[in-house]
Amino acid sequence: MQAQATYNYKVVRQFAVMTVIWGIVGMLVGVIIAAQLVWPQLNVVEYLSYGRLRPLHTNAVIFAFGGCALFATSYFAVQRTSHAPLFAPGLAAFTFWGWQLIIVLAAVSLPLGITSGKEYAELEWPIDILITLVWVSYAIVFFGTIIKRTVSHIYVANWFFGGFILTVAVLHLVNSAAVPVTLFKSYSAYAGVQDAMVQWWYGHNAVGFFLTAGFLGMMYYFVPKQADRPIYSYRLSVVHFWALIFTYMWAGPHHLHYTALPDWTQSLGMVFSLILLAPSWGGMINGIMTLSGAWHKLRDDPILKFMITSLSFYGMSTFEGPMMSIKTVNALSHYTDWTVGHVHSGALGWVAMISIGCIYYLLPRLFGKAQMHSVKAIEVHFWVATIGIVLYIASMWIAGVMQGLMWRATNPDGTLTYSFVESVKATYPFWTIRLLGGVLFLAGMLIMAWNMFKTIAGGQAVNAPVLQPAAAH
Amino acid sequence: MEILYLLIPLSLVLVFVIGAIFWWSLKSGQFEDLEGPGYRLLMDDDRTVVEEKECIVVDADQGKKMQGEP
Repeated sequence: MQAQATYNYKVVRQFAVMTVIWGIVGMLVGVIIAAQLVWPQLNVVEYLSYGRLRPLHTNAVIFAFGGCALFATSYFAVQRTSHAPLFAPGLAAFTFWGWQLIIVLAAVSLPLGITSGKEYAELEWPIDILITLVWVSYAIVFFGTIIKRTVSHIYVANWFFGGFILTVAVLHLVNSAAVPVTLFKSYSAYAGVQDAMVQWWYGHNAVGFFLTAGFLGMMYYFVPKQADRPIYSYRLSVVHFWALIFTYMWAGPHHLHYTALPDWTQSLGMVFSLILLAPSWGGMINGIMTLSGAWHKLRDDPILKFMITSLSFYGMSTFEGPMMSIKTVNALSHYTDWTVGHVHSGALGWVAMISIGCIYYLLPRLFGKAQMHSVKAIEVHFWVATIGIVLYIASMWIAGVMQGLMWRATNPDGTLTYSFVESVKATYPFWTIRLLGGVLFLAGMLIMAWNMFKTIAGGQAVNAPVLQPAAAH
Repeated sequence: MEILYLLIPLSLVLVFVIGAIFWWSLKSGQFEDLEGPGYRLLMDDDRTVVEEKECIVVDADQGKKMQGEP
């Protein structure tokens, strides 16, 4: 008999385990399409061709892997910092099963070629409606728990998670507005350049809120917990949140430089992108400096290594991003593999590494263990993953700059020096190195899965009792 | 660029909503203590080690408090 109220760890456990599973699936698809670029003959049937698997890869890693990590960590952090179990546990269970159903539907419909054609929002309208239902439930569970809290202060991580949940709802509703024709086909409510503007307003804010604000919430909860030190400056974290929220919305047009989008809109997008450097680096410094005076912890704690390295990649990619949004730089980088390298420096370096660190933090606590089955394996995972990322982004930098220079090279008589296919041929060695980097990162995830199943097998599911808030000192 | 007639008002509405939430958080004292919350996070002990099919919270103080009032 259990008289003591407990936190709802069940849904956290489910999402945490699925984070690892979907991470492997999504990254495996990434490795397959990277191999298809090196060996085009691997495009055997249309269902598994590059064009159909690429959106499956992006959807799987962003929404399945990243999404499950966000659900798991936000449900954990909001309960512990609010000192209250989740509001509406039935609805919380619905968010888990609903989200998994969405992922499975995506995995079936995208290879079949059922797509709305909008990048990072490819899923057709019936799935979009299901996403809306799950997301509204998520908001009810999350904000309901905040309202139920037994402490007056709302910890900064919850502000980031809350901002992410609300903004993604607005973005999804506006961008996915469409006119259904059949069950499997709809057309966007917007046309031409208007549609492009909405699409990248959505697209970049998805990066800003799904892939940044949400994961910053993880950072503000799990980095101090793992380091056992308070965040470097709590004051700065509050400024970071409000600065990010107020300035993020208009960076999208930098995805449409030198297109039919009006010139002034492009410049506006560039200026807002440059402004973003300030809050991004403020947050990055705040996270890393949490270890100030305790750097030795980094030496033998591989989970902390994941977290601090992720913040370094966050700093790198949020410097690179604004730089690439400058129109003259973009003239060289746009449409090249440099963009792909930049995305993966953020996606593998920042998003995946902070998620992996947080899941390693969570698993033992969810399964009644003092630590993971093998701490040594976490260390191996860290180095395999880091080497994988470095190979990936360095090869894409070189490939991208080379492509950009080859495309713009002209002869004295004004004709192009290189045909497009020559730049493709020159890129093969770098695509091979990128494939190797991807394989290493995937191998790291397999080590993690082994470690996770061993930890689960040696432990048992635990729901921790709800703690009274510590008295103010 | 008629789309701006949707996106700009939407941004303005959002800014006002964010502004209102900021105003509420200011008035309700969310920012009165900008040091303590960082430390209070660390006082919440979440370690759980299962021994003999029973959940034992490791932190001595908090653990006793809870076991005392089932």
